[in-house]
Amino acid sequence: MDVSSKYLQHAVEEIASLPGIGKKTALRLALHLLKRTKSEVEHFSGSIAQMKEHIQFCQKCGNISDEEKCGICSNPRRDPQVVCVVEDLRDVMAIEATQQFNGLYHVLGGVISPMDGIGPGDLNIASLLSRIEDDKVNEVILALSVTMEGDTTGFYLYKKIHQLGIEVSSIARGVSIGDELQYTDELTLGRSIIQRRPYEQV
Amino acid sequence: MILKSLSLVNFKNYEEAVLEPNSNVNCFIGENGQGKTNVLDAIYYLAFCKSFFNPIDSQNIRHDQSFFVIQGTFVRSKKDENYFCGIKKGQKKQFKRNKKEYEKLSEHIGRIPLVMISPADSFLITDGSESRRKFVDGVIAQFNKSYLDNLLNYQRALSQRNALLKSFAENRNFDADSLAIWNEKLITFGEPIHRERHNFLEEFIPLFQKHYKKITENAENVNLKYSSAMNEKNLQELLEEFLGKDQALRYTTQGIHKDDLTFEIDKYPLKKFGSQGQQKSFVIALKFAQFEFIRLKKGTMPLLLLDDIFDKLDSKRVEAIIEMVSTDDFGQIFITDTNMERIKPILKKIKKAYQLFDVIEGGVQNHE
Repeated sequence: MDVSSKYLQHAVEEIASLPGIGKKTALRLALHLLKRTKSEVEHFSGSIAQMKEHIQFCQKCGNISDEEKCGICSNPRRDPQVVCVVEDLRDVMAIEATQQFNGLYHVLGGVISPMDGIGPGDLNIASLLSRIEDDKVNEVILALSVTMEGDTTGFYLYKKIHQLGIEVSSIARGVSIGDELQYTDELTLGRSIIQRRPYEQV
Repeated sequence: MILKSLSLVNFKNYEEAVLEPNSNVNCFIGENGQGKTNVLDAIYYLAFCKSFFNPIDSQNIRHDQSFFVIQGTFVRSKKDENYFCGIKKGQKKQFKRNKKEYEKLSEHIGRIPLVMISPADSFLITDGSESRRKFVDGVIAQFNKSYLDNLLNYQRALSQRNALLKSFAENRNFDADSLAIWNEKLITFGEPIHRERHNFLEEFIPLFQKHYKKITENAENVNLKYSSAMNEKNLQELLEEFLGKDQALRYTTQGIHKDDLTFEIDKYPLKKFGSQGQQKSFVIALKFAQFEFIRLKKGTMPLLLLDDIFDKLDSKRVEAIIEMVSTDDFGQIFITDTNMERIKPILKKIKKAYQLFDVIEGGVQNHE
């Protein structure tokens, strides 16, 4: 795309390097920014630079954080002896949004998949194991994707953690709330039937 | 299940054709390249949403045209069912049942039970073990939904394990724990597959033997066996035993992906020691057994398409086959042949009604 200014050209190229944004959208966004006041744009670009500058990963759980320890890990009201293992920090946000969990998290940074070149050594597994001993954790909850890779990663962790004599649980899987049974896929429904629960506990 | 009428527009060498088959035996007679097999292929299309011969839909359109349409009316327990298959260049395949489009083609497959026997089937004997596993898997998957799921999951776990073995070799390391999790998956999905294949063949092999004997009138002894290392040991033991070999070769050497069917004639491998006619008889017996298996399991009579059945077979075997398919164990049959004089006397001997069609340059007409 030919534009009359090389500055605009550079800005468009940078914006277009973001995922999901093509040249045309990038041009539209760049022209939009051009219309804004100078201070607004400085604030915009400054916040991106600051984000990169100041955000670090929590030394304990691997979540994003402004400090060495994230807000969740440093919260004294949360139970450090229950750890929920997730794949990605977006999963932390998702579980936090439920307001149902009062323990701490551990972000693996992916799942084991040899085809993608990811082995146990590439994930935050060693730090999880050492943390379990140091913090006297008594329950580990596995909240991983229900895919083959998520399953195998869970199995790997189970074998490692179980050896230490710690209780390992996995999040329940079944019919979504608000779903009608007849529209539920067969695999999920089949599993829900097999793993049914006493009515008192529902 | 009976095909009551079939209409083609721009399908392969047909500009337009309409035919109303007999509910028993139908014979398409014509010279080479006139379009006999294309009629069978059109019927096959309605059952499997694809061509038996050419997997690329757009190449089945008549030259210089932009679309084709196949329509068929079938009768199932006295009720008519209309099927419509339309391919337009550059557009999604349209497949409709009673004017309603399917959301997924997989919903349709299996609805019209059909077995096609063609000279191209000889790949079952000549090709590698994959083609024979596919044959077995294709039949089992029609009755067992979880079988296909297990198969897909097994394939995925296998690729992961192979990738891991490769990375061990490249990085010169080894981690038993990492391997164990993939072994566990292979076992979870592989053991039920082995069990299903074993159970299936237990039922299937006697059917095959019966049909082979009928076709050849006991002329020779043939054997069909399920060969799998898992017949003796379980997968866990095999994976442990062959770990060294797997590591050296960087892939998994044990498991249901190595299963095969062995074909023997008088105790020798059929591929090397069977004549072309014997090989063909073997394949036909396999397909007849598949036919009977589907009929027994589904409870409906499949359609049978016999393409160029006379090729390579002696007249005795051909007569035996025609006689077999005209019994009540078989339903509606479609046969192609090049020679009217050869087929007529054979058909006259059978007890069922038959209809002859002349196929000339992309036109089908009832033979007077």
